[in-house]
Amino acid sequence: MRRFLARLPLGKLFGWLVLLALVATTVLPFYVMLKTAVSGPGTLFQQARSLMPLEATTVHFERVLGLLSPEEARAAGGTGAVVDFPRALRNTIAFTVVVVLGQVFFSAMAAYAFARLRFVGRELLFYGYLSALMIPNIVLFIPNFILIRDLGWLNTFQGMIAPFVLMTPFAVFFLRQFFLGIPAALEEAAKLDGASPFGTFWRIILPISRTPLVTLGILTSIQAWNEFFWPFIVAREADVRVLTVALQSFQTSSAYGMPDWAGLMAATFLSVVPIFVLLIVLGRQVIASLQFSGLK
Amino acid sequence: MTERMPAASERVVANLRRAAKRVFNAEAGTAYLFILPSLIGFSVFYGYPAVRAVVISFTEWSLLRAPRPIGLDNYERLLGDPLFWNAMKVTGLYVLYNIPIQTILGLFMAVAMHRLTQSLAVRGVLVLPYLVSNVVVGLAFLWVLDPLLGTVNMMLGWFGIARQPFLGSPEQALASIAGINIWRHMGFTALLFYAGLQAIPKELYEAGTIDGAGEWRLFRNISLPLLRPVMVFVLVTSVIGSFQIFDTIAVTTQGGPVNATRAIVWYIYENAFQFFRMGYASALSVVLFLILITVTILQMRFLQGSRSELE
Repeated sequence: MRRFLARLPLGKLFGWLVLLALVATTVLPFYVMLKTAVSGPGTLFQQARSLMPLEATTVHFERVLGLLSPEEARAAGGTGAVVDFPRALRNTIAFTVVVVLGQVFFSAMAAYAFARLRFVGRELLFYGYLSALMIPNIVLFIPNFILIRDLGWLNTFQGMIAPFVLMTPFAVFFLRQFFLGIPAALEEAAKLDGASPFGTFWRIILPISRTPLVTLGILTSIQAWNEFFWPFIVAREADVRVLTVALQSFQTSSAYGMPDWAGLMAATFLSVVPIFVLLIVLGRQVIASLQFSGLK
Repeated sequence: MTERMPAASERVVANLRRAAKRVFNAEAGTAYLFILPSLIGFSVFYGYPAVRAVVISFTEWSLLRAPRPIGLDNYERLLGDPLFWNAMKVTGLYVLYNIPIQTILGLFMAVAMHRLTQSLAVRGVLVLPYLVSNVVVGLAFLWVLDPLLGTVNMMLGWFGIARQPFLGSPEQALASIAGINIWRHMGFTALLFYAGLQAIPKELYEAGTIDGAGEWRLFRNISLPLLRPVMVFVLVTSVIGSFQIFDTIAVTTQGGPVNATRAIVWYIYENAFQFFRMGYASALSVVLFLILITVTILQMRFLQGSRSELE
């Protein structure tokens, strides 16, 4: 027995224990979110003494998705001031899709020019782009808000996407670094075959750059899906709100009574489902993309 | 004179033509077309507003009337504004709570994963909070940390510890927000360190083990020095990010209770978008920018300065 104990790798055991504790800590808030969302109406106080769901039900999800009539929803604990979840979800999806496609495509075009084409002012412009990485968002958001307001674009879709859809300095920088590593011989062959510069870009460069484009696409989608600050400033009206803004207003609007925790947690949980799916389906690529984002 | 005039003008024209050729040859023309969309995005939403922010900071502007130039008044006023100094204190404290714990936990997680498991699932779970929006995280914790019904208070009860107010009290709110963000970022930090650890040749650890080094000495003498580039990246980016804490505050405390969580970006937001003091808010944001540049330069200096340890 003593021998066995002596051989037991205490350090490893300790490592595992702490690692598992950290995993449990990471999972706990998600679990509580789900537990509250699936517990029956009116069980909030009992729930404060239990880790298990009580009177399991899907009524809060149905309520949040707008599948119940207002009376039914109120009976299930809704305050009536329910967030229009389906609309916010549609807005978030539209925002994410347009921002990702636009940003990745236009940034790739610019990155290609910076990496491959010779023109006057190339270095200067590139360093201009790079230096913008240093500026805190809030510095730019004030003048940008004023611009969007002067354009009459407050509470519009175009106002929400405008700063993200044509480029971000990070996207251009990221793709340029990759394009620099593509052998020039590939494009020369295309040029000899009489391909136009855009043809070369479209048929040679983009296809062989699938991996970095997917990486950037994943990073940009997560960012766009979770974007809060800018939409919070320029698009707060109910019909254009994205999920993050809708959820924040849902919480603050019930500041005087007891918030509708069950509904809030159901909505919050639903908004995370796409991230779960992304992680399960593309786990390896997501993890690789994130690891990569730190090793520029 | 009159004879030389045409020659001179011809030379000018020829020069212009050559310059024009340099700027407008086929390749450059294509390049400008490729760059155009991103250049519009950059000029309109990065370049121009960066300059405009500074210009606005020298004015008084409520958006109702034309901006009124007032020179350096906003900057003078800021120095005498107790709420600005409160915001600086709150932000500084927040960074001090946040960064060391987050970095140490992330480092520990990375080393544990590196030595114990290569599991993608473990990494996936640990990085999950980072993939979820700050709003979701803020709402989840508002509920989990609820003074009356929160799960954390229930668990404290198991150990006979009294209920804590967390976000509801001026004493605990800032630390709670730091805790929330440590929870959100530790897995991502671990992932970056883990990627760095994987780049270290395995032979080094094998050689170390043969020499009889334990885990701590392997970490101290191999992992830590070779992780320096990742460490610099993690510290610089997480400090810059911490200074700009906003989303979590917007969802949970909105600067309160009292002024306990009125961090600098939240204070700028209030000035700009609740009180419409565009000039003053811009001055505050320019000051934040200068502080961030200074902190970043200092960090780079400091982290490079102890480089000799590496060799």
